[in-house]
Amino acid sequence: MSPSDGTPAVEITGVGKMFNAGKPGQVDALQDVSLTVARGESVALIGPSGCGKSTLLRLIANLLEPTAGTVTVNGKSAAQARQDQDYGMAFQQASLFDWRTVARNIELPLELKGWDKRRRRDKALEMLDLVQLRDFADHHPWELSGGMQQRVAIARALSVDPPLLLMDEPFGALDEMTREHMQTELLRICSQLGTTVVLVTHSIPEAVYLANRVVVMSPRPGRITKIVEVPLGERTEATREDTAFFEKITEVRELLRGVEASARSHEAAW
Amino acid sequence: MTSLRVALRPMVLGLLAILLAVAAWEAFKAIGGGDRFFGVNTDARSMPHVWDMVTRLADPENRGTDRPVGLAVLAGAWYSVRLAFAGWVLGIVLGLGLAVVMQRWGSAERALLPYVVVSQTIPLIALAPLIVAWGGELSIGPFEWQAWMSVAVVAGYLAFCPIAVGALKGLQSPAPSAVELFRSYAAGRRAELVKLRFPAAVPYLVPALRLSAALSVVGAIVAEISTGLRGGIGRLILEYSREATGDPAKVYTAMFGAAALGVLVAGLVLGLDAWLMRNRPKEART
Repeated sequence: MSPSDGTPAVEITGVGKMFNAGKPGQVDALQDVSLTVARGESVALIGPSGCGKSTLLRLIANLLEPTAGTVTVNGKSAAQARQDQDYGMAFQQASLFDWRTVARNIELPLELKGWDKRRRRDKALEMLDLVQLRDFADHHPWELSGGMQQRVAIARALSVDPPLLLMDEPFGALDEMTREHMQTELLRICSQLGTTVVLVTHSIPEAVYLANRVVVMSPRPGRITKIVEVPLGERTEATREDTAFFEKITEVRELLRGVEASARSHEAAW
Repeated sequence: MTSLRVALRPMVLGLLAILLAVAAWEAFKAIGGGDRFFGVNTDARSMPHVWDMVTRLADPENRGTDRPVGLAVLAGAWYSVRLAFAGWVLGIVLGLGLAVVMQRWGSAERALLPYVVVSQTIPLIALAPLIVAWGGELSIGPFEWQAWMSVAVVAGYLAFCPIAVGALKGLQSPAPSAVELFRSYAAGRRAELVKLRFPAAVPYLVPALRLSAALSVVGAIVAEISTGLRGGIGRLILEYSREATGDPAKVYTAMFGAAALGVLVAGLVLGLDAWLMRNRPKEART
């Protein structure tokens, strides 16, 4: 699927996003953000609320248009990439549709692409094998636990074989143990498919565990404070108890503390 | 066995409720003993016995005909059901259309929604003759406006409001993330409407459909009475009540017809509900 030439999965250059520009209630959500995500890489966006991390994700997804700079996905404009379904997306709420079975939820993006029934169904079952939920194909989403629902949402996001997976706090609503299990699952699936991942998270351990690089962002206006490299090699359950893992967590935490402190003093000054 | 008992339970309860109502009616009559009781005349003219009403069903409608009243009432109820149904369908089409327009354009919502609500404050009695008058002016080519159409329009006029309000709420119900998902699938507006907004609106439509079905029956009967349209149960209620002095049980047979009509429509709507909600979680069912 992903061409092996050197084009990065995502290239963000000098991007700014202003909401309500020139009107009362103008918000400078992002300012001068540049970030390149290589193919097969996994990048986490972290920062206090209002730092624009979700906005940045939506710019990559072309759900929002930048007011400055350019966003390139898979070597194309973000708009073209969205038209071509070059990415899949998953949210904190699994956003599965009640009225469709699990398999038909996964088929939805394929249906919109105009695939015929047989081919859709086969692909959905293949995706269910991948997330180990084959037996639940004809169940309805409400019959599944939160973790299972989120696995279905990921299967759906990946059903079009996108080279890129975008996730907005995908595991935020899950309990701690389910969450860790889902993280391991996600890494297994993405390494199996070679998918590039960009995710927004509030959890420092999650960011460090999942990402090759953690992008720490600061608010008002949203910008990148620092990018932390996380060279921890292949993640296993042992990684979670590794000293190097904790050191990275501490590094990110201290960066975030600095960000929060300056944000608070900024607020106080106002 | 148990599932059969569960299935039969509402019917048994329904029968019990009817028996209870009959018992209350007769008890009231018996205690009153034909005199004024709590300000109500309990004599045979004001409160005929229930069995008189029931046996009246089998007697001829008028002198000079063999047709029993029961059959006339049944025919009237069938006629009215069809009018109410036509009105209901009209209300659904109009209500859904308005809801789609209001969902798509916020300005349309602000402009139209207040009028949708206000429309229901116009008294039907005033509206029905107006619609008949307007309809009378209307003839396009071979198409001639029929009197029954006015009645259906009045029924539709009552029925469209809950549909428009309920459908609008339902069409607006998908979470922002669901809408973003559809955009991420590069889905157009039509796909978003058909595959996301309409299915999401179904749980909101179910109570609206129920309410509007009841309203279309009321609308049809009231419009029959106020336009004087022949053939329906409304007209029968009007005619039979004029004969109440000489034949007090007769008007109640028409009431039975109206009640049977209500039960039929309620049953149909219940079936429709069950079908629409077949794939939904239990807690979403109303």
